[in-house]
Amino acid sequence: MSVRKIPQQLVPLALIFAVALAALFIARKLLVPATFGDIGYYRAAAVGEIASQPIAYAGSRACLDCHDDVDQIKRQSKHRSVSCEVCHGDAAKHVEAPDQVKPIKPIGRGYCPLCHGYDPARPTGFPQINPDVHNPGRACMSCHNAHNPMLPHAPEECAACHRQIASQKTVSRHATLTCTTCHETPEGHRSTPNLIPAEKPKTKELCGRCHAQGADSPPEIPRVDLETHGGRYVCWDCHYPHFPEAAR
Amino acid sequence: MKSEEAKTPRREFLETCGKSLPMWFVFLATIRAGTLSATEEPEVYDPKQHDYAMGIDIHKCIGCGRCVNACKIENKVPEEPYYFRTWVERYVIPADGEAQVDSPNGGRDGFPELKTDPDMRRAFFAPKLCNHCANPPCVQVCPVGATFSTQDGVVLVDETYCVGCRYCIQACPYGARYLHPVKKVADKCTFCYHRIRNGLLPACVEVCPTQARVFGEAGRQSSPLRRFLRFNDVTVLKPSLNTNPKVYYAGADREVR
Ligand code: HEC
Ligand code: HEC
Ligand code: HEC
Ligand code: HEC
Ligand code: HEC
Ligand code: HEC
Ligand code: HEC
Ligand code: HEC
Repeated sequence: MSVRKIPQQLVPLALIFAVALAALFIARKLLVPATFGDIGYYRAAAVGEIASQPIAYAGSRACLDCHDDVDQIKRQSKHRSVSCEVCHGDAAKHVEAPDQVKPIKPIGRGYCPLCHGYDPARPTGFPQINPDVHNPGRACMSCHNAHNPMLPHAPEECAACHRQIASQKTVSRHATLTCTTCHETPEGHRSTPNLIPAEKPKTKELCGRCHAQGADSPPEIPRVDLETHGGRYVCWDCHYPHFPEAAR
Repeated sequence: MKSEEAKTPRREFLETCGKSLPMWFVFLATIRAGTLSATEEPEVYDPKQHDYAMGIDIHKCIGCGRCVNACKIENKVPEEPYYFRTWVERYVIPADGEAQVDSPNGGRDGFPELKTDPDMRRAFFAPKLCNHCANPPCVQVCPVGATFSTQDGVVLVDETYCVGCRYCIQACPYGARYLHPVKKVADKCTFCYHRIRNGLLPACVEVCPTQARVFGEAGRQSSPLRRFLRFNDVTVLKPSLNTNPKVYYAGADREVR
């Protein structure tokens, strides 16, 4: 009887509305994937799916069980922070089946220069060589052990490690000056540079040796008044000593 | 009649079940203890206890591109030279004019030789990847909820649910996303989520030879990332966009964006 009180035209409307609502619910149920919204506005199960993707790089600890001998050598060497799989490639499959899958061994001359080829953008002091002129035609491993790349002898040239500075200097007005004119360098710096640092100039008298008004140096060297020129600054606050520029 | 007969066995069955209950507990406990000692899992992983982040030290990067290579292999990123989850850029800052940036094949095969140019002020490398922003614009624009921030602070893409509309790729201010050419879904760095959840480092961090990349949790004591944040003057990329990136850069020039 109460139904009769509802205006008649509303009944079909209500029906349509109910059907639409039901359809919406069913569509939502079908379209929204399970676990959607459990945590946030996303499918919670996706997190677990992504977390269980297969692993290709086994990680440096995985090698220790079987190759402790190599690791003992490497961990004392300069390559201690270079992990095994950098050179041997992804080795998770090898760890699972060592006899069936053998990792790669980068023995060509092309590989090491990825890290050691000269590039001025590399940090100062990082050991770099020019593969075109550094003992060309021979495998790197004929002189260096990849797991312990100790140098047969310390490099003679400062440029071996300070290539960027050296090559800038060669095109500068200071091209003729040797590094040791300005830097007192203990012998040990060339073999253990981080432990035994080289000296850096401390006072402007160093520059004055050549550039002071009364200096005993070739006359073509430009002179400045050491007392007034540059004020309270040291000379290298304004002039880069490895590439002094004054004309511009 | 039938139901009357069936009653007794059912009751019996329930009773036996009840009696064997303690035995079941012992059984389950041994299984659990067994698996625990086998995998040495300390406890259930609680994502809310973690907050992953990365540090990048520009001064240490040698631009060897091993990270790019490892990332491609670990995550099966398409081989073509324009799809990357991480890549390395080389910046050359001249005495005057614009900084020049190159990144051939993302730096994967190294960089071509730079001519020593007296006008070059300095040069350096900058590795790039998804910044896993705490306030990610890509997540905001996703119409279906296929990209999201996890509770442990990583931005992920649900590849089974992504519709490939490319909105997120447009929205990312760091260019960290690409459309996977085969799957036709958005793809990007996951901090190697499948590795970090298993106690491994992201592949790029694993192979970085100079520790230019540091991974960890900012909130965790005695971690390399904590040390990184303590000892370095860090910046993030495009701080003005308020995305709150969780990849911190040390020694990054303002040219790096
Ligand atoms: C379960 C033990 C095991 C583990 C773990 C393991 N290896 Fe091996 N590996 C072997 C065996 C066995 C050989 C074969 C030795 C042989 O043929 O002389 C081998 C050989 C190698 C070789 C030489 C391949 C060749 O062609 O000569 C390399 C390189 C290597 N492993 C690297 C790795 C690295 C990197 C890891 C860590 C990710 C690793 N291995 C982990 C057992 C293991
Ligand atoms: C800098 C790159 C580099 C790193 C890092 C490195 N290796 Fe090697 N490894 C090589 C090269 C190159 C060879 C091949 C040497 C040869 O044939 O003279 C090699 C050879 C091997 C071999 C074959 C047996 C041998 O001694 O010649 C094994 C095993 C091996 N490496 C394991 C390891 C393990 C384990 C680690 C990590 C602890 C590691 N390597 C780290 C470059 C590397
Ligand atoms: C992934 C990068 C990487 C690769 C590949 C690599 N190295 Fe190194 N190498 C390093 C790092 C890092 C150091 C340590 C630099 C330092 O001490 O500042 C180093 C140091 C050296 C040194 C200097 C040792 C010293 O006493 O100063 C030599 C020599 C060397 N590596 C040779 C090689 C050879 C040969 C190969 C090829 C098998 C090779 N490296 C491959 C990263 C690499
Ligand atoms: C004929 C032997 C020989 C070969 C082959 C060789 N090197 Fe060297 N390498 C040396 C010697 C000796 C030194 C010590 C420094 C010097 O005299 O330049 C050295 C030094 C280095 C240094 C350190 C430079 C520095 O600044 O500390 C690196 C890096 C290096 N070599 C990498 C390589 C790479 C990479 C290859 C292969 C492309 C290679 N070497 C091939 C003998 C060799
Ligand atoms: C084996 C590689 C190597 C050789 C050879 C080498 N150095 Fe260095 N030098 C380094 C490293 C590494 C550093 C430290 C860089 C840093 O800390 O940023 C350094 C630092 C320096 C510094 C800066 C010290 C400071 O307090 O900042 C000077 C100056 C220097 N070297 C001069 C020289 C001179 C001059 C020579 C040649 C006689 C030379 N070096 C040879 C590796 C080398
Ligand atoms: C005219 C004197 C002079 C000569 C020649 C010179 N230097 Fe320097 N060098 C300096 C001074 C002065 C500083 C300090 C610069 C500063 O602190 O701003 C310095 C700083 C350095 C530094 C540390 C700062 C930097 O720029 O990275 C290194 C490394 C260095 N010199 C290496 C060399 C090498 C290698 C050579 C030879 C190729 C060389 N220097 C030649 C005067 C000189
Ligand atoms: C051993 C002598 C010697 C010392 C020490 C020396 N210079 Fe020089 N300097 C020269 C010579 C030679 C020239 C080039 C003169 C020429 O162009 O003919 C030069 C040129 C210059 C110029 C002029 C460049 C130009 O474009 O006109 C400047 C600036 C300069 N040096 C700064 C310095 C500073 C700063 C120091 C101290 C860190 C220093 N020099 C130490 C020998 C020296
Ligand atoms: C405050 C910055 C500043 C300092 C510090 C400074 N210079 Fe200069 N220097 C200049 C400028 C600017 C010029 C070029 C304009 C001029 O000739 O006055 C110049 C020019 C020179 C020249 C070239 C002069 C010529 O006639 O071509 C030499 C040589 C020189 N400086 C050496 C030095 C030496 C040595 C010191 C340390 C005692 C030093 N400068 C400290 C700013 C500086």
